[in-house]
Amino acid sequence: MDYAIQFDDVSVQYGGKTALRQITLAIPRKQIFGIIGPANSGKTTLLKCINRTLDFTPVARISGRVVVAGRDVASFRNVYELRRRVGMVFPLPVGLPLTIYENVAYAPRRAGIHDRTELDALVEQCLRQAMLWDEVIDRLDMLGTRLSGGQQQRLTLARALSHRPEILCLDEFSIAIDPVTTMKIEDVLLELKEQMTIVLVTNLVQQARRLADRTAFLSDGSLIEEGETEKIFTQPVNRLTERYVNGEFG
Amino acid sequence: MNEPLDAKSREKQYQLREEPTVRLDGRELFTATSVERWKQITENIAWFVCLLATLVLIVPMMAILTYLLVQAWPALSFSFLVENPHNYMTAGGIWAPLVGTFWLVWISLLIAAPVGVLAGVYLNEYARDNWCTRIINLAVVNLAGVPSIIHALFGVGAFVMFAGMGRSLLAASCTLAVMTLPVIITSTREALAAVPMAFREACWNLGASRWQTIRTIVLPNSISGILTGVILQVSRAAGETAPILFTGAVFFSTLPEHGIRAFFPYGLGDRCMALSMHLFTLSTQVRGVTPALQYGTAVVLIGLVLAVNSLSIGLRVYLRSRKKW
Amino acid sequence: MLQLVLDRTEPAVEWLIRLCGWSAILLVFGIFFFVFREALPMLSGKLNLTEFFTSPQWRPTAEPEPHYGILALLVGTLSVTGLAMLMAVPLGLGAAVYISEFSSGRMREILKVLIELLAAIPSVVWGFIGYMVLGPIIIRLTGAPVGVNLLNGSIILALMSVPIIVSVGEDALKAVPDSYREAALSLGASRWEIVYRVLFPAAKNGLLAAVLLGVGRAIGETMAVLMATGHAIQIPHSLLDPIRTLTATIAAELGEAVQGEPHYRVLFVIGLVVFVLTFIVNLTADLVVKGIHNERAA
Repeated sequence: MDYAIQFDDVSVQYGGKTALRQITLAIPRKQIFGIIGPANSGKTTLLKCINRTLDFTPVARISGRVVVAGRDVASFRNVYELRRRVGMVFPLPVGLPLTIYENVAYAPRRAGIHDRTELDALVEQCLRQAMLWDEVIDRLDMLGTRLSGGQQQRLTLARALSHRPEILCLDEFSIAIDPVTTMKIEDVLLELKEQMTIVLVTNLVQQARRLADRTAFLSDGSLIEEGETEKIFTQPVNRLTERYVNGEFG
Repeated sequence: MNEPLDAKSREKQYQLREEPTVRLDGRELFTATSVERWKQITENIAWFVCLLATLVLIVPMMAILTYLLVQAWPALSFSFLVENPHNYMTAGGIWAPLVGTFWLVWISLLIAAPVGVLAGVYLNEYARDNWCTRIINLAVVNLAGVPSIIHALFGVGAFVMFAGMGRSLLAASCTLAVMTLPVIITSTREALAAVPMAFREACWNLGASRWQTIRTIVLPNSISGILTGVILQVSRAAGETAPILFTGAVFFSTLPEHGIRAFFPYGLGDRCMALSMHLFTLSTQVRGVTPALQYGTAVVLIGLVLAVNSLSIGLRVYLRSRKKW
Repeated sequence: MLQLVLDRTEPAVEWLIRLCGWSAILLVFGIFFFVFREALPMLSGKLNLTEFFTSPQWRPTAEPEPHYGILALLVGTLSVTGLAMLMAVPLGLGAAVYISEFSSGRMREILKVLIELLAAIPSVVWGFIGYMVLGPIIIRLTGAPVGVNLLNGSIILALMSVPIIVSVGEDALKAVPDSYREAALSLGASRWEIVYRVLFPAAKNGLLAAVLLGVGRAIGETMAVLMATGHAIQIPHSLLDPIRTLTATIAAELGEAVQGEPHYRVLFVIGLVVFVLTFIVNLTADLVVKGIHNERAA
């Protein structure tokens, strides 16, 4: 099977604290891969390893190999190229203090695309994919920060899509937005998985069950179990997994 | 006792009154004891005393400033501003010192502003939190507290002597630049820190580098705060006397009054006149000056400084109303 | 195009930024270094340090034997600062409390702006006010022979230091979380009791720092005291005696001292004394404020 991301015995430490312990995991292409687990289990750290935003935390120490699209991430000389192949959506919606148009055009501009017609087409496509186009079509020059929370989260999604990533990572994207927007974005993700690999970190186990093809369960920095979603939920091998998916803790 | 009440008297019954008792349905629910009354008294006394303290500051100042203005009135005119001093400084105007102050401030700004802003960018955006950065921070804070006469001594030792500039416009401007640098650094850092971290993280995840993020998001959204800090330092540089006293300011120098040369009377290596120094010498060391001239010089200097400061304050108020997030 | 240029030059720009960051630390050491450099020849041997610190005789131009005793100047500095603080601290803290706790909305904004403008007045103007306005008033009210003296200087210094005390003090009071105030209110405290029993203890570090910064400002002040305290180098016996401070001495005599001569160098030594004094005061204020952060974090 073709793997989009591979973790090979990866451990991460923040100073004295261990955030990830010897994670070995392979995420297949063009699927939605769910990652569930209680708080502080290292889920966000896992995502940061993928696009090397861990570099921005100087105290973080990483060991092991992370392979993205066949290449070790540490071997990317131009780390921005790596980051452009991975899209990221955070828990809290963030609209950059630019116009909506410029929000979505931000990444292409940094990559060197300045042609107006090209940008117009790209912005429209991304906003359509994120199901935001119809709501903002007549106010593209409004400040992105003035949108509602749900709209800003879709704007973040559009931004993440604007650099045509092969991998899209979402970190608990629904916790700060309303259920209607959540449903819209979930529909978008189901469409997008035909074009890219999606890594979905969530603390809503039912969301993982709905969307993910395969799921991994992390607890306290260790990978407890990983497999096909239905199997994880109905016939988990590990007792801890069973307790978590049944809501006994977390 | 449940008498039928009409609307009006019912309203009165339920109205809370300002005195320390509350009547509800004909009964007193709360009666101020001596404890509460004492609290009320001490609070009133404290309020009064603090108000008095504030007034003791502000009222005499207003009175003094008005007195200065009144005394200066006969001398204030357009020609006062554009004429050079005559007759061994006992008559005439203040054009030469004004121009001198302008150039001193402008050149020192040209040096201090870029260095200070970039240093602030370094400290807030690039520097990791280690011992090295902490020492730099300590250095900046203490540099800001150095007395102006020490800046003067430094200016003499470093620029006039060591760098060989001699007493000149350049040496004085460099001294002023060193004086204003630490506060520019600090206010730049504060302006940058006001931009939320979330914006930077969003940009990094989109593949932008640190400098690209700073250039496109952080700096444009903090530039007004930075500008406010810089403008404040401009007014400070215009008013200082000690740092320029021995590094390049001079009381008397013959100068062109007309033509384009009047705007550029000093070369970088020349000594220059300055408004603050002019005020100092005029009021303490020159005999036979009409008081109105002295007061006039003072009033122009105050006016200049207050005008620049008000610009900065106005900019800050404008900023607050145009918040983008 | 511009974007391309800006991006290509990124490493150079980052390097430049780093360089500027280091400029600050270089300057602090630089200031100490250059002042020390000019003072050094005098310090190494030629200057009798005991006489320097304990003798009130400051006669640098006396023949054949100049005397370099700064006791009178030191006492001048300390007395004018002390007296100024005696006036400035109650006024400053009172005003800070009023602005922070007893006023609101428009009035507060206006007061803050006024204090800021007060802080902006240059020291030479303050000196002018002391010399031309306050001096005659003092003569008229007290019959003193000269209007520029310890009293004049202290009043002017007090007015100059108050804005710092007010703004830093007000920041310290504002930094106390509203939850403290609300808790006290719910226990029935009046506004004054909140200030006295809750805010002062909670903000004491910041208020202390405010006072220290005011002291630092007063010690280092030059032009205002030069113009307002007179020119007598003597230990004051009454409020109406003219005095001279360390800073004013430097400002008054550096122009006439020949460069390289002992007199010139001793003035730099005085500069070192002032530098060290203000450095200690500012460092203390800094550490006191850090005390808050550590307490909060704990």
